[in-house]
Amino acid sequence: MLRRTLLCSALSLAAVAVATPVLAQSDYPNRPIQMIVPWGAGGGTDAVARIIGTLLQQELGVPVNVVNRTGGSGVVGHSAIATAKPDGYTIGVVTIEIDMMHWQGLTDLTYKDFDFLAMVNADPGGVMVSVDSPFKTLPELLTAIKEKPAGSLKASGTGQGGIWHLGLAGWMMSHGLKPDQVTWVPSQGAAPGITDMVAGGVDLVPTSLAEGRSMIDAKRVLPLGSMSPERQELFPDVPTLKEAVESDWTLAVWRTVAAPKGIPEDVATKLGAALEKAYNSEEYKKFMNERGYGMRWADAVETTRIVSEDDATLGKIMKEAGLAK
Amino acid sequence: MLILEQAAALVFQPYVLGVILASAAFGMLVGAIPGLTATMATALLVPMTFFMDPVPAIASIVTATAMAIFAGDIPAALLRMPGTPANAAYVEDAYRMTQSGRSDEALGAALVFSAIGGLFGSFVLMTLAPALAEVALKFSSEEYFWLVVLGLSCAVFVTPGSPTRGLISLLIGLFVATIGIENPAGEARFSFGNLELLAGVQFIPAMIGLFAVSEVLRTVTATIPRQKIPRSDGHGIFKTQWQNLKKYPVQTARGSITGTALGILPGAGADIAAWISYAISKRFSKQKDKFGKGHVEGLVEAGASNNSAVSGAWIPALVFGIPGDSITAIVIGVLYIKGINPGPTIFINDPQSIYAIFMVFILANLIMLPLGWLAIRGARPLLSIPPSTLMPMILIFCIVGAFAINNSMAGIVMMLIFGIIGFFMEENDIPIAPAILGMVLGPMLEQNFITSMIKGDGNFLHFFERPIAGGLGALTILIWLLPVLMLVLRRGRKTQAIA
Repeated sequence: MLRRTLLCSALSLAAVAVATPVLAQSDYPNRPIQMIVPWGAGGGTDAVARIIGTLLQQELGVPVNVVNRTGGSGVVGHSAIATAKPDGYTIGVVTIEIDMMHWQGLTDLTYKDFDFLAMVNADPGGVMVSVDSPFKTLPELLTAIKEKPAGSLKASGTGQGGIWHLGLAGWMMSHGLKPDQVTWVPSQGAAPGITDMVAGGVDLVPTSLAEGRSMIDAKRVLPLGSMSPERQELFPDVPTLKEAVESDWTLAVWRTVAAPKGIPEDVATKLGAALEKAYNSEEYKKFMNERGYGMRWADAVETTRIVSEDDATLGKIMKEAGLAK
Repeated sequence: MLILEQAAALVFQPYVLGVILASAAFGMLVGAIPGLTATMATALLVPMTFFMDPVPAIASIVTATAMAIFAGDIPAALLRMPGTPANAAYVEDAYRMTQSGRSDEALGAALVFSAIGGLFGSFVLMTLAPALAEVALKFSSEEYFWLVVLGLSCAVFVTPGSPTRGLISLLIGLFVATIGIENPAGEARFSFGNLELLAGVQFIPAMIGLFAVSEVLRTVTATIPRQKIPRSDGHGIFKTQWQNLKKYPVQTARGSITGTALGILPGAGADIAAWISYAISKRFSKQKDKFGKGHVEGLVEAGASNNSAVSGAWIPALVFGIPGDSITAIVIGVLYIKGINPGPTIFINDPQSIYAIFMVFILANLIMLPLGWLAIRGARPLLSIPPSTLMPMILIFCIVGAFAINNSMAGIVMMLIFGIIGFFMEENDIPIAPAILGMVLGPMLEQNFITSMIKGDGNFLHFFERPIAGGLGALTILIWLLPVLMLVLRRGRKTQAIA
């Protein structure tokens, strides 16, 4: 009997939880917030999420728990954010992969399934070679890529069809070359790709310069170019692609904080304001500079614009490179 | 000398020592809970290090990870639940020892040889770091491919009983490793449109299921009442270790060296080090048939190996800023935040901090002995709990661990499925260890094979073109052919004798 009563009350509780519409909550937040990271502990997204989480916690006065939901090239974590209850107690870090995975046919999820709160970081792509490489400047490298038969040179830095693979394809196409002029060697991420380049496994790595920073400092890796409209603050000696080889190609990976679609407006406003304060704090600036990550702020409206523009650009390149389904 | 004094001044402060003690206890706790890995201990520590000076910040991570790897042996020995993947290689021996009333000896061996391995790794780190890191940097996918093949060949050696059954188990592991989208082509395999399967089978829940849940199932279904586990004779945890050290000096040294070497290679790490060392130990042992049945020899070697790998992984991290494993990947980030930029210049720009970190390594491995002793004593009452109470508790722990790894219910489902698979495997005398090895090494095998083939434009001979790769390849093939050669030689001799 007791068991049945328990079961009944559990069921009715569940029913209430499902049926309650998401109302405006003036006392938000009054319990811990969960922040989902679609990538593993130890990576850049995880690091940014944890510092943002710590700072948000100070702003909002409730614990912000960073939770890694990894796997499936980011699909698992992004889905977990999008399908959470839109009450402001589950937010997450949405990365540029959201603009790629649906083109690859991995998921139906797109940027439209999120309410973006802010963009807190963007890292432009770069072009790096090993110090042992015969190419010391970007024009030298580009000449070799153009003159040697397609596939002679190899590049690495993400998985097949990953963001830096597209970055390289886009750069090649900007010179009228085939997107696969340089063969892509899939790797588990930027760090293994760079390590492999230093070991002589591949010729170039087109990831963000931030990801190669320790190896650049150790004089093992030579940065040749930056895929940004202007030179990067942390790498003032590295020319842009435009300066070095007259290419208009630019690409930056960004990290945004987003909530599932449909969170109450006042909650979104409150979170947005807290994020802006966190972004402008000394701690955040110091952290990002020390790690070599690019500072980039955009509010909810601008973030949504950037994300939707990148979605179109990346979709176009993926189709031309034969990476879209 | 002045630098050493400055470094000592940085370490021997009440605050720093307090941090070391607290993180040691924390690491011990995290490591002892299956499903919570040393990497997770590190990730959880990072927000706290924001508010510390550089030396205590790094000290907390060094100490916690060293403890976590040892502490994983406690549930492994007592409950057959490896606390971290690095402990899975010798879980069978440790558990059998417990069942025959030798839990103190098993855990004492794990503790003492962990400390020895850790100290050895730290010593290498202090003296040879720059030179060794240079060699490790030469490793590309071709070299790793051969290393993984060598590791897989180990499966044949670690298998107790028939090689065929070992091979079946290995293939099960390799198959499981192919599920999901995390493969070089980025194509979803065997996912059936399921989001959780798309991410692949999570290793930790599968491991907990195969070892621990299957053990729970077996206890529950056992028709013969289980024999009461004789209590450890209480003859001290350390006492037996002196004999073990005298008996197995070569094994200790070999385990420490292998572990350090594999730790230095970016991408290998403590998990693989433990397996390879266990296999080496068995291969060269005079008592091969005792392995996997409660023999301390492999435990000595692999226990030393996984802890020395943890220290070894710091070598490329400090010298080049290349992470040797996922722990040092996090550490590099912390180093940058603290203004200690990793790279060859670290030894010139910031020698006192570096020597202070080295001192912490020594301290952490020494403090492990008394703390580990306390932990082993504290865990002992677990054994006197009757199975009818203990088994549900284990199951709860399994569920918590399987959930914690990725915060998803899918982990629990996978754990239960693998529990059933593990149960049926053992009922049919198919060993579990090779399946685990297949799951660990499968993705690395595929990744390194495919990338090497792409680099070599599809030419298999590419695997022998680079000098180190060629050497490793030749060695692997030689090891494969050895039994055949021996057979031919023996046949030849026999026919001569008959003639």
